[in-house]
Amino acid sequence: MEGTILRTENLRVSFGDNLVVKGIDMEITGKQVTAFMGPSGCGKTTILRAINRLHELTPEAKVEGKIFLHSENINEMEAMTVRRRVGMVFQRPNPFPTMSIYENVISGFILNGVKLKTDEKNNIVEDALKKVALWEEVKDHLKKRSTSLSGGQQQRLCLARAVAMKPEVILLDEPTSALDPLSTAKIEDLLYELKGNYTLIIVTHNMQQAARISDKTAFFYLGELLEYDDTKKVFTNPKNEKTQNYITGRFG
Amino acid sequence: MEHLQAEMDALRREMLEMYKLVLSQVERAQTALIDNNLSVVQEIAYNEKLVNAKELQIDSRCETLLALFTPVAVDLRFILSALKININLERIGDIADNIARMVAHSKPGFDREFLEKINAKQAFAMSLDMYKSLLQAFEKEDTLLARDILIKDEAIDNITDESVSIAEEYTKSKPDSITQAIPVISIMKMVERIGDHLKNIAEEIIFYAEARVLKHSSPKQ
Repeated sequence: MEGTILRTENLRVSFGDNLVVKGIDMEITGKQVTAFMGPSGCGKTTILRAINRLHELTPEAKVEGKIFLHSENINEMEAMTVRRRVGMVFQRPNPFPTMSIYENVISGFILNGVKLKTDEKNNIVEDALKKVALWEEVKDHLKKRSTSLSGGQQQRLCLARAVAMKPEVILLDEPTSALDPLSTAKIEDLLYELKGNYTLIIVTHNMQQAARISDKTAFFYLGELLEYDDTKKVFTNPKNEKTQNYITGRFG
Repeated sequence: MEHLQAEMDALRREMLEMYKLVLSQVERAQTALIDNNLSVVQEIAYNEKLVNAKELQIDSRCETLLALFTPVAVDLRFILSALKININLERIGDIADNIARMVAHSKPGFDREFLEKINAKQAFAMSLDMYKSLLQAFEKEDTLLARDILIKDEAIDNITDESVSIAEEYTKSKPDSITQAIPVISIMKMVERIGDHLKNIAEEIIFYAEARVLKHSSPKQ
């Protein structure tokens, strides 16, 4: 079993005077799927974006406390290094519209100025697309625009783009909320397979999704971490009454 | 949903293990009674613990499936049936254990002539035949076979119904046999209950395969 790969120490995030995340201490186990769930405004996406250092792009955002990737403080690393090692997939599929399917997959290398031989690029593209179960569907159309794909395919392409950089952690912010049920099922199956090689943290409003695919579930409420345990325990016998009320639909 | 299917397959495997475990208990109980073989009694007692552990394991898996996967349609019916089949199999296991204990207490064993007159061997053979058909019905989701079991249960009931009057006649001719008659009648009633539990399981197989509720209906219906 893998050990802790990501750790937060008294993580606090505020936007101006508004303290949104209030001192989170948690450890994420490697090669597992950890689900963040909670009502709107509880801070789950804010925490996710803090791990990827995306709040640096928001002027009034302030991140305090520490986040460690293995034993390295991510705030002391180069931001681009963090984002290479910690990939992210967003709610709405966002392949680069002017790039082809092929170019989207290797866009991380292109945008970072990494020079690759043609063979290397081809191998990266094929490997990443196979990992996200998209290769067979697009292998004969790699030069087509990414926007020619369906929503579900575009989201898998975004996953391939993340996977191509060989990250250690992949963050997913409600990755299926914009997709139809069949595409959602495909993405969920894919995430279940990917956890063999990657650590996945998924923010989801869909409790059943959290239950289906995650190994551990963290329940957040008003910026605090109220419960964090094996998913089976959280959904069969939660310790915290608020967790129970949330998952049984009594609030949230 | 590959994850759900993998979990459902695991539940199905565990159910089959439970079926086979309890079947072997019933076969041992038959050996103990009909052959007066006391060496199997300890085996039955030991395996009873395995049966109980397997019951808890299946209950736990069903709980996990319901909590984590919100199953619907045939998956939901299968899990609901599995919970009920599990209880019935565990009860059959208990019955086999009780029969073995009664045989053990009856040293030097029950009168062979009495057992033959009361059709104990035939009742056991019929219940085992029903059980094996049921196992096949479950493995193949064969609801025709499951329906056949509903009718066969009546035959066992007829044999066990006659056991009281047969015992009465036998004890009149051999008054000393009264001490045996009571436990043997109890055993015949237990074999009848095995048939009842098998009938319940057959109804559950039909429920999950066809979404038909046959509980409280007559076999002919």
